[in-house]
Amino acid sequence: MDQLLIRMQGIEKSFPGVHALSECKFELTQGEVHALVGENGAGKSTLMKILSGVYQKDAGSIFLRGRETEIGNTKHAQSLGISIIHQELNLMKHLTAAQNIFIGREHNKRVNFLVDDREISEKTKKLFEMINLDLDPRVKISELTVAKQQMVEIAKALSFNMDVLIMDEPTSALSDTEIEDLFRVIRDLRAKGKGIVYISHRMDELKQICDRVTVMRDGRYIDTSLMKDITVDKIIAQMVGREIYESAHSHGDTEKAEVVLEVKGLNRGRKIRDVSFKLHRGEILGFAGLMGAGRTETARAIFGADAVDSGEILVKGKRVSIKHPKDAVANGIGYLSEDRKAFGLALGLSVETNTVMASLMKFLGPMGIVDTKKTRATTVDYVQRLKTKTPSVEQVTRNLSGGNQQKVVIGKWLVRDCDILIFDEPTRGIDVGAKSEIYKLLNELADQGKSIIMISSELPEVLRMSHRVVVMCEGRITGMLRAGEYTQEKIMHFATMRNN
Amino acid sequence: MANTAPKTKALNSKATQTILAFASLVLLIIIFTIASPNFFRTDNLVGILLATAVNGILAVGITFIIVTGGIDLSIGTVMTFGSVIAGVFITMWGLPIPLGVAAGIAAGAFCGLVNGFSIAKLKIPPFIATLGMMMITKGLNLIVSGVKPVYFVDTPEFAKIATLPVFGIPFGVLIFFAVALVASFILSKTILGRYTFAIGSNEEAARLSGINTDAWKIGIYSLGGAFAGIAGIVMASRLQSAQPALGAGYELDAIAAAVIGGTSLSGGEGTILGTVIGAFIITVLTNGLRIMSVPQEWQMVVTGLIVIGAVYLDIVRRKVR
Repeated sequence: MDQLLIRMQGIEKSFPGVHALSECKFELTQGEVHALVGENGAGKSTLMKILSGVYQKDAGSIFLRGRETEIGNTKHAQSLGISIIHQELNLMKHLTAAQNIFIGREHNKRVNFLVDDREISEKTKKLFEMINLDLDPRVKISELTVAKQQMVEIAKALSFNMDVLIMDEPTSALSDTEIEDLFRVIRDLRAKGKGIVYISHRMDELKQICDRVTVMRDGRYIDTSLMKDITVDKIIAQMVGREIYESAHSHGDTEKAEVVLEVKGLNRGRKIRDVSFKLHRGEILGFAGLMGAGRTETARAIFGADAVDSGEILVKGKRVSIKHPKDAVANGIGYLSEDRKAFGLALGLSVETNTVMASLMKFLGPMGIVDTKKTRATTVDYVQRLKTKTPSVEQVTRNLSGGNQQKVVIGKWLVRDCDILIFDEPTRGIDVGAKSEIYKLLNELADQGKSIIMISSELPEVLRMSHRVVVMCEGRITGMLRAGEYTQEKIMHFATMRNN
Repeated sequence: MANTAPKTKALNSKATQTILAFASLVLLIIIFTIASPNFFRTDNLVGILLATAVNGILAVGITFIIVTGGIDLSIGTVMTFGSVIAGVFITMWGLPIPLGVAAGIAAGAFCGLVNGFSIAKLKIPPFIATLGMMMITKGLNLIVSGVKPVYFVDTPEFAKIATLPVFGIPFGVLIFFAVALVASFILSKTILGRYTFAIGSNEEAARLSGINTDAWKIGIYSLGGAFAGIAGIVMASRLQSAQPALGAGYELDAIAAAVIGGTSLSGGEGTILGTVIGAFIITVLTNGLRIMSVPQEWQMVVTGLIVIGAVYLDIVRRKVR
């Protein structure tokens, strides 16, 4: 039987306001590739960051080869043979491959304060040979593709004589042939008896490369199975397995209503690939997908915040040219960023100033002076209509709760006469009570004939709110689901559907 | 990176950048030689060398700091602080010249140490921390000197540090070349140099690799301060006095020299050779324009334009990447 490398049990971890992990367990044996899967926020990365010393656990124990071990920091983890390759690679791009791998260990043996570039180049060459990588150790990281950079990270992990390698979404930026190369290296490491933790959203890959799979959900351990004994559908069912929320909205048929926005063949590099869809009057169109699926990118492209390579946008049947957010606004499109604080609000200014900010031209009196009576009246009107809780319209928006800040942003775009509203994660950072109020508001807006695109990573929210759901994966639309057709499982299936 | 055309690749290469700077320098020299018979004369060329020495030493020091992704606005007045301290030791207290020189350099290094501490430990942005140090040393220079120049009247030998001719080249220029060689060695061959690039390239990655980035940053700012101290000694020796009101503005010439030489203001890139060439470009430009009787106010305009142009080039290089 293979030797047990890692056993984690009863792991607890809290961040301010969030209980990230509770009673989590995980096992890893020698010569195994162990998949760790779960929805966004399920706690996979947190658990692995604890194992690799990035975070400290609050409670629970970690056994390394049967001995209970406390892992103090990343350096300590490395010395124990545990290395992690983060999704965002941690390399110094101006330095060479060899310099990166041996950073902190490049001293010349005789003269301590000098670097020994020849020695580390030779050592790097040997490491590269171990993983069959044909690469000059003296090439700068900035000149390498992401795939090669990842190989450099693997070589770095090997240089610490690692036994456990944790890979967080290693294939998210790789092409198919590069993935094949990576898998070859992973199989090679497995044959050498290393244990590999493989975090991924891509179901088809798990079948190809993994021996076992552990599913997490909402910060809890769900199940561990042998890969050959479980189907992808079963894994997805375990991932989403929470109860389905009741729909609060009458999912009417909106497809017969007028098309207010049509997007045709939108492309932007690898982020947006041939995206086409229609948005109808009075419709809430949900955009589901995993992180990095290209939903925000699509929204920003429609809003003119980023340039596109190709594609057409039609507003109410007329082709429009949107090169800048001001063009989008002129066509009645408003975008509510997921980061309200950075892009949506001037936090230091009042509710009133924020509400009228995007439409000041409407409030100019003679002589070009802002008519403060009118701005006041309009703001009071919207505060009442949106039921924004604020002591007065003069209140500085920083002092409002997240939900009420969101209402101020919504008010801003309504004052600007926007009929098409794009909400990016409308309830992020908003507490549960306020969420239902935002939901109610979105439904009311739709009933009044506004059209809404709602990007959300929370499946229950998508299910509860949307008339139709667009599912994206890797920049493409992989599924378009009508009311009554969609379930969490179906959405997850499309969200993890890899394209070729 | 399949889309990297050969042309942009050539533009990116650091060697090409240095060659480009060197070509501009040669071009400037040719233009001024043609424009004025007084330019390419030994005494003028020696003058250029000597004028470059001070700014060059400062620029070499600040190159380290800029490569970490930082900035030091205080090196001009810290340089003067070095001269004033040397003046106090040698003239006011009558101590031996070597002691005065050491004290001047140490004073510069100490200012750098304080800068490094504010930036690495107190997390004050480099721009603000060193702006504060600039004002502090500006004030201290006047306080310590008693608001008047300190003349090295009793020690005429002190003047020889900068001016003693060795094969026709003033000793101050040799100091500059020696400093540049040592700095180049430090930056490319030692642990300190390696970590300078590592911090400027990705400080978090360097820290996670177990490097004590805070300590190294303090060291690098101290080194920059020490170089400013050396520049202060050469300056004082050349003027045979410590001029307490001098210094402000020198940091900008030094930054300009580093940037013209290809040091990236966003960190991670730079060479000492490039900086040295950059320093020469600035002096040759100033000197040449003066010889062509371009009024001083216009010289400033031209230098300003060059600095903007060089930084713009830095941004363009970044974009094509």
